[in-house]
Amino acid sequence: MNSPADPAPAGNSGALLPPDSGRDTPLFIVAAILVFLACIAALGARGAWVASEKWTTDLESSLTIQIRPMDDRNSEADAIAAADIARDIPGVKNAIARDRAYAESLLAPWLGRDNLPDDLPLPLMVDIELENNAPSPVDALQSALETSGLPASVDDQGRWLGAVREAANSAKTLALALLALLAGAAAAVVAFAARASLAARIDVTDALHLCGAEDRYIAALFQRRFFMLGLKSGLVGAIFAGLVSLLVSLGETSADMAFFLPHLSVDKVEIGLLLIAPILSGLTSALSARLAVASDLRRRW
Amino acid sequence: MRYGRGPEVLRDLSFDLPRGSFQFLTGPSGAGKTSLLRLIYLAAKPSRGLVSFFGRDASILPRRELPLLRRRIGVVFQEFRLLNHLSVFDNVALPLRVSGQKRKEYAEDIAELLSWVGLGDKMNASPATLSGGEKQRVAIARAVVNQPEILIADEPTGNVDPEMGMRLLRLFVELNKLGTTIVIATHDLQLVRMLDAPVMTLSNGHLQIRAPRSERHNQDASPEMSTQEDAEELSSEGTTDE
Repeated sequence: MNSPADPAPAGNSGALLPPDSGRDTPLFIVAAILVFLACIAALGARGAWVASEKWTTDLESSLTIQIRPMDDRNSEADAIAAADIARDIPGVKNAIARDRAYAESLLAPWLGRDNLPDDLPLPLMVDIELENNAPSPVDALQSALETSGLPASVDDQGRWLGAVREAANSAKTLALALLALLAGAAAAVVAFAARASLAARIDVTDALHLCGAEDRYIAALFQRRFFMLGLKSGLVGAIFAGLVSLLVSLGETSADMAFFLPHLSVDKVEIGLLLIAPILSGLTSALSARLAVASDLRRRW
Repeated sequence: MRYGRGPEVLRDLSFDLPRGSFQFLTGPSGAGKTSLLRLIYLAAKPSRGLVSFFGRDASILPRRELPLLRRRIGVVFQEFRLLNHLSVFDNVALPLRVSGQKRKEYAEDIAELLSWVGLGDKMNASPATLSGGEKQRVAIARAVVNQPEILIADEPTGNVDPEMGMRLLRLFVELNKLGTTIVIATHDLQLVRMLDAPVMTLSNGHLQIRAPRSERHNQDASPEMSTQEDAEELSSEGTTDE
């Protein structure tokens, strides 16, 4: 019997798998890097999605009238007249005639300010804002401008829509493919590590088997260990990805990089992606470890 | 039975282990004792032939049913196979733990069992700190904790002094009297001579079975101490000590 002097050990039973101590550290680092890259890829895919939506919305909701400069005509007056004509066309929400100063500001990045001679002929523009879900007014507008005799032509931005959509979709597909590749690489690395861990603990699994443990019981031990490893490494990778994204978004070059690294502060979806990444990392690691260990156990026993 | 494409290590064996019997398995090194034991504790499947346990053909048993069958078999290994990262208590509790029992359900039973094998004061110790005899008793306690119907011991006295060997043998006899079928694989002829039990002798993959003295004299089959006459007979069968 259990004497008072020698009570049965209290508390929880010892962990059936001994700690791997330093053996897991390289795997932890590799998994964290993979999750970091996967987060960047996911944010890139999200950025491509947002940019694509914005671009197509912009292109679908606006068009431009170009006023050709002619020696015997006042281009700014022609622009105002074209804007007046446009406002009467069904489907046009608003029309704004742009003056020469606006045209010069568009050229400034290439030619600089104050470098243009005053007599240099510049085409002027009329920005047209379209009503949502209205039929395209392009043909009616072009016809009205021709009838008026103005030296104007409609620049239908919708012509670029297909190309823009295609480019955005390519960027999204590329980012998602990269994400899938990284997830696959992470799963393969974890599977390899799980097999190595199983091989290193074959004494434990043999003892468990001979004591009547089922494969799923043993696989669950490794699954739990690798879930926690995936969760922790995923947390580290996601935090680093968030920091890098935030730094880039706040930096001077954020406008240039906005396509792939959107501002975290304005879109909670990106924050959600970073929050869910460690959980997905843990689940991927757990599943990968379980399948690898179950497969090895079937081969061994 | 063969490993891979190698030669057959066991062939033309036919025997049964009656419920509640006590058997010795002996033979020189390389005779196939370990392979036969692996077949018995379901760690290997025969390349041909039939291994039937509790009315089930083990060679065609679905994989998911093997653990349930293994829980009816206790095994004591020569090298103990204890887990040093677990306490003595947790090592002994392993079969109960993997079968889904809660600690509070088995804690008292384990403590009682460890006291029975003389290790009541070592429950919290790591197996790494125990002597060979103590490890052997932990291994035995683990093998019997879920009251298996068959107990297989591979060289159970190989790592202990003669006195401890005697004590362990008495332990096996006690378990046998409680109804457990016992199979002890050993090189130790001294051990075999101490009991009047059937002896299965493996040599070059073949098996010879020698009935116990009591049976040959139409007496009771429970294992008792053998005579000098039996010992001499055993020696003449070619069983070798190593």
